[in-house]
Amino acid sequence: MTIQLAIRGGRVIDASGERRVDVGINDGQIVALEESIDGAAREVDAAGCVVSPGLVDMHTHLRQPGKEEAETIETGSRAAVLGGYTALLAMPNTTPAIDSAAVVREVQELGRQSLCDVEVAAAVTVGRTGEQLTPMAELAELGVKVFTDDGDGVQDARMMRRALEYGTAFDATLSQHCEVDALSEGGHMNEGAVSSRLGVPGIPAEAEELMISRDVALARLTGAKVHFQHCSTAGSVELVRAAKAAGIRVTAEAATHHFTLTDECCADYNPMFKVNPPLRTAADVAAIKAGLADGTIDAIATDHAPHTPEAKDMPFDQAPCGMLGLETALALALTELELPIETVLGLLSWRPAAIIGLSDSHGAIAVGRPANVCVFDPSESWTVDPAKLASIARNTPYAGRTVNGRVRHTVASGELVVTDGEAQR
Amino acid sequence: MKHLLSIADLGAEGLKELLDLTDRFAEIGRRPIPKVPALRGKTVATLFYEDSTRTRLSFETAAKRLSADTMNVSVSTSSVQKGESIRDTVETVSAMGANAFVIRHRSAGVPHQVTQWTDAHIINAGDGWHEHPTQALLDAYTLRQTLGEIRGRHIAIVGDIKHSRVARSDVTAFALLGAEITLVAPPTLLPPSLAGWPVHVSHDLDEVIPKVDAIYVLRVQQERITDAVLPSLREYSAGYGLNLERAQRLPSHAPIMHPGPMIRGVEITSEAADLPNTVVTNQVTNGVSVRMAVLYLLIGSGVDLSSSGGANSEGDTSVGDNSVGAGTTPPPASAGQQVPPSQESAATGRGAQIALDGGLSEATAVTSSEGTSVS
Repeated sequence: MTIQLAIRGGRVIDASGERRVDVGINDGQIVALEESIDGAAREVDAAGCVVSPGLVDMHTHLRQPGKEEAETIETGSRAAVLGGYTALLAMPNTTPAIDSAAVVREVQELGRQSLCDVEVAAAVTVGRTGEQLTPMAELAELGVKVFTDDGDGVQDARMMRRALEYGTAFDATLSQHCEVDALSEGGHMNEGAVSSRLGVPGIPAEAEELMISRDVALARLTGAKVHFQHCSTAGSVELVRAAKAAGIRVTAEAATHHFTLTDECCADYNPMFKVNPPLRTAADVAAIKAGLADGTIDAIATDHAPHTPEAKDMPFDQAPCGMLGLETALALALTELELPIETVLGLLSWRPAAIIGLSDSHGAIAVGRPANVCVFDPSESWTVDPAKLASIARNTPYAGRTVNGRVRHTVASGELVVTDGEAQR
Repeated sequence: MKHLLSIADLGAEGLKELLDLTDRFAEIGRRPIPKVPALRGKTVATLFYEDSTRTRLSFETAAKRLSADTMNVSVSTSSVQKGESIRDTVETVSAMGANAFVIRHRSAGVPHQVTQWTDAHIINAGDGWHEHPTQALLDAYTLRQTLGEIRGRHIAIVGDIKHSRVARSDVTAFALLGAEITLVAPPTLLPPSLAGWPVHVSHDLDEVIPKVDAIYVLRVQQERITDAVLPSLREYSAGYGLNLERAQRLPSHAPIMHPGPMIRGVEITSEAADLPNTVVTNQVTNGVSVRMAVLYLLIGSGVDLSSSGGANSEGDTSVGDNSVGAGTTPPPASAGQQVPPSQESAATGRGAQIALDGGLSEATAVTSSEGTSVS
């Protein structure tokens, strides 16, 4: 058998541990893991690199349909593979919202033409308005496994309860943007000492924690799977920890920026640092890191949220929330989390893959599995330059920041989509 | 100093020096012809995205007394109404030669943001709930004028602290000048966190009133009721309004201050507002002087302050009767942007040099002299 593509000389790391093997890939699948694979039609050099399962981002805003001036599924997928991702979960807060079979199919089709696996999260309620359930069963038939009104939380407890109950018929995961609007409305940054000093209306930590509390109770009531998006506060980590200890089926993610930036970043009123949930305090950052270290938080998500320059060149309280993340998440996690590489990769790859139902195709390097692989040099140092990002938008809060860990090659469904740090299409 | 975005930009020394400098502009304001050519050839643009009468007029008056040209960008009649961004407006007005922008905006931080889009000097004339530094300067100046010395004095700031840019700037300014500050407000009108604020907090105005050397009353707006911040303005007035009975329990030396506009019958009754120890009009008068000082500091360095021509470069540091100069140390000849020798040699009248050290200005040397046309 001639091997079409061999990844040679790297440290292969996945949930089963670390091995020094070459990875042979044919027809989109991993077909060989051997000490040395010679004579492949094409070889990529992984010397000094980690060979990891492709990363899985369970929280990506691709802006298509509706805001193609900020990002498209194609450009977002290019940013993703450059960042080591081979699967994304596209959030449904597009225009129109992903709340019908037609829009799900459109995004899926565009996803198939993109550079990586694009999974679709559909809205819980029609138009994300919180008033009427989407045709969840029909959408599940199309392959939707995760439902969320992301950008907004489902405010009404009864509506959330019904969505959870209804979804248990097809084992849906309800992914919640945790924010009680009554407490967060009008706020633009974390409420606390910094917001008080800056005169910017704040969003208290309790706006997030109240909804997590409520949904832990609803998960217990319904037995459904609830996933908490972008947990940002120490209290949230504690609530998730307690819920898990009580055996309730909850999972949680943290966004990269919530363990790398604090509300002090807003001191110059730079809207690049405006995000929702907002950047919190140093104590919250420490709690998020502890939650990532002890497994309370299951996944690192990017909450990649592109916005055009004209949208961000606004007064702080008028600018939209969100920041880019796909091309910087791996390096920031490697740089800022003092965790073993295997733990970091679990948070970025196989654990989110399991939550969104991709365990069969992503998150492991094993013979017979689809070839979704990320090769990165964990020690290469580089400086984030917004102009060099693949996204259409430029709204990274990390401009000028030097980080360690750079993606060298990415293989998505067997295709070498990134080589030597360059996207191939 | 390039911009005045917040009071903290000045620091304690800078703040004191600015108040000292204001004395000299107050003197100009008392002249029969209150005008000097200090900013001749300079252009000051006022960019007010929020309605304002007194602040805008005060800045305009200050600029005109310094002989600056003024450009007023009025949001209601400008391209802003057509959807132009602040950035484009600022770049456009900059391209017409504005040396300084006086900016007011309902969003906190806009003056900070504008500094990235122009090389001109930026003066914050009020940004959201954040700061209103020239208001704090005129308040501090008025307090100093009334009380003599601010250090060790106890000042109560009463009312809607949370939503007040005046309160934020005043707290910083009064603290830098050594005052003891008590904020008096219902808990819902205080910022969510006062960590790092050099203040005491009270919810009992009656208890605080006899102990203060000045009371600063803030406006309370009707919209706080719909926000469920207050049950009613009536209940607010009962607990926190300054009425005659309370005003009479103030120490006799204590001035009553208000940034305006006053809502009589809410935070202050007419009887209290019209007491002789109310210094609201002094605040307004001082506002012009203080804004002259700010404009002069930011864009006027090196320009002749006299109304009749040149200046004396001979290091004549004696302070003349009608001099606007202070007897500070003359700067070395190389410092700052002094008037060229050819002009200096034409100096007439008594002169004085002002050295504004202490980091208030990059160009610290200012030459001034008074001509014979002024008394």
